[in-house]
Amino acid sequence: MVIELQKENLYQEAFQALQKSRGVESSWLDRLRENAMERFAELGFPSVKEEEWKYTNVAAIARTNFQPASPSAGATQLDAELKQLGSVPEARSSQLVFVDGILRNDLSSLGALSQQVVAIDLDQALADERYSEIVRAHLARQADYVVNGFTALNTAFINRGAFVYIPKGVLVAAPIHLMFIAQSENTANFPRVLIVAEENSSATIVENYVSVEEARYLTSPVVEVVLAEGARLEHYKVQRESVEAFHVATTAVGLGRNSSYDTTTITFGAKLSRHDIVVNMDHEGAECWVDGLYLVTGDQHADTHSVIDHRQPNCTSHQLYKGILDGKSRAVFNGKVFVRHNAQKTDAMQTNKNLLLSNEARVDTKPQLEILADDVKCAHGAAVGQIDEEELFYLETRGLHPDLGRNLLTYGFAEEVIAKIKLDSIRNELDEAVLHRLNAKLEV
Amino acid sequence: MLEIKDLHAGIDGNEILKGINLTVNKGEIHAIMGPNGSGKSTLAKVLAGHPAYQVTKGEVLYEGKDLLALAPDERARSGIFMAFQYPIEVPGVSNAQFLRLAYNEKRKHLGEEELDPLEFKDLLKERAKVVEMDASFMTRSVNDGFSGGEKKRNEILQMAVLEPKLAVLDETDSGLDIDALRIVAGGVNQLHNANNAVILVTHYQRLLDYIVPQFVHVLANGRIAKEGGKELALELEQKGYDWLKAAPDSNGAGAGVN
Repeated sequence: MVIELQKENLYQEAFQALQKSRGVESSWLDRLRENAMERFAELGFPSVKEEEWKYTNVAAIARTNFQPASPSAGATQLDAELKQLGSVPEARSSQLVFVDGILRNDLSSLGALSQQVVAIDLDQALADERYSEIVRAHLARQADYVVNGFTALNTAFINRGAFVYIPKGVLVAAPIHLMFIAQSENTANFPRVLIVAEENSSATIVENYVSVEEARYLTSPVVEVVLAEGARLEHYKVQRESVEAFHVATTAVGLGRNSSYDTTTITFGAKLSRHDIVVNMDHEGAECWVDGLYLVTGDQHADTHSVIDHRQPNCTSHQLYKGILDGKSRAVFNGKVFVRHNAQKTDAMQTNKNLLLSNEARVDTKPQLEILADDVKCAHGAAVGQIDEEELFYLETRGLHPDLGRNLLTYGFAEEVIAKIKLDSIRNELDEAVLHRLNAKLEV
Repeated sequence: MLEIKDLHAGIDGNEILKGINLTVNKGEIHAIMGPNGSGKSTLAKVLAGHPAYQVTKGEVLYEGKDLLALAPDERARSGIFMAFQYPIEVPGVSNAQFLRLAYNEKRKHLGEEELDPLEFKDLLKERAKVVEMDASFMTRSVNDGFSGGEKKRNEILQMAVLEPKLAVLDETDSGLDIDALRIVAGGVNQLHNANNAVILVTHYQRLLDYIVPQFVHVLANGRIAKEGGKELALELEQKGYDWLKAAPDSNGAGAGVN
């Protein structure tokens, strides 16, 4: 479904300029981008007539003349203060900073990472014979640009993204912080990240989206994650975009044999956000935790579409998504768990719980379980509720004002997701952020 | 301290309390007994301000002021505490966090300085001894996954921290084994003094072996059917409650004619 195609000319123009700026002979990456741009021209932005976009209307994105950000565009205003926006003290010397979707080596610092760990510009990786084949083998293999117009557009604009590579057996102690700062009004930002973790490696990634001010822009990242046999990755995504902004993201993950992927996505920001997370369990014995918390208010809209695909036997998946909705906000949770024919001994658990703090908030939740194997253990459930009056009364009888009581119960509801975060600074900051959102001054 | 005058109250239009009169002074322990459905728990909930119950007649004065005009949290901050028969679980909020929040709300009400987490930790450690609770309870979520006995001990811990002037213990003995009962009752006895008062709501005499009341009031059909000293509880233990149903009203002439 194509909406207002003429606006896409702006993307076409920017795309032509980007292709020209690269100037060199056509590489496989140039062809990839061309194919993706062609695909975007066919797909356009999705419409609410499509089942997967039924509750999330992106017409406002299609209508706006967002200008794809380029490396040269006004990216000199950053100072140390700006870097504090989403600072993660544990990752002070292990962070890559993106401004308007483009990796800035000058702002990044990697001193805490060992020589073996690679965290560099995609361009740089392609130019380096040690990594170019790895990039080529994995880039755009997890995130499908054929069905999703946003992924197609991101793929067309792959440019100065990041390549993170954890070699075989390397255990990375410092969390690797990918900080995405939106700085310019009316830009379309297309961060692209490829994370490859080799056999029996272990690492923590923090993906952090912040904005300089309450600007209107589009951030549309695509993050691809590939775990080889026995690799372990903890992956946190914290989305605190401007409440005027749009955030449409895809995370696509491929899990190797006996690998372990533990991800938590926290959604606070953006006027409209959509997160597609796809975890493919293509090898036996993999395990994943795909958790999240969305906390929205005002007229915010937060949509999570997740797919956990059990394609081989003996894999385990756990999913807990919680939502807190206030004001006239709206949330969507659509969680598919597929258990394919030969995925025997699958253990899959999926839960979505929502807390509505206002009568005008609304959530559409649809957990879906499709099981084709016969020897599996699967369960799923969804709940939508309000503050329990008996619980509130209990707190009131201990001297808590009803507002404080509601905040405390809401905070407790969020804690189940936040408490599992192993990075102290992120967990504490989220506690603060939840309490701030609730206008509560509970010290934790 | 507390004067209940001709209190009528109910839920969903059904009158449960049909004219209760009761006076509680500083330093006293009162037991409210009675069969199931007599209105014991309703009385406790009305005193705490449960929103589901409506008072249709009568008044309750607490320290000379209209208690019924106060919201539940205001009642709590002015010194009324109710220990729940079924304490509520609050997942995600640690006992220590919750207790400090409640404690500081009271301090603020009294115009006193709030305690920071470290200061409060010391106080909590001290108070926890009253109910023999160890530090591991403080980091656990409020009542979440607690056994029945642990929940009741946690109620008394809250009482120990909040130091109410008037504590209403609603069936605090129910579901307790003998060791837990001893700990809970011992806690209440340690906290009771000449400046506060306790109302024990209980079905069984058993609790009163450990916490000895000066006054026993027996409720039947929403009225106080009989009053006496601690020996009345023993009489009930022997005779049960059935004989009361035929007994004349001992709660003043006014209460009987509604």
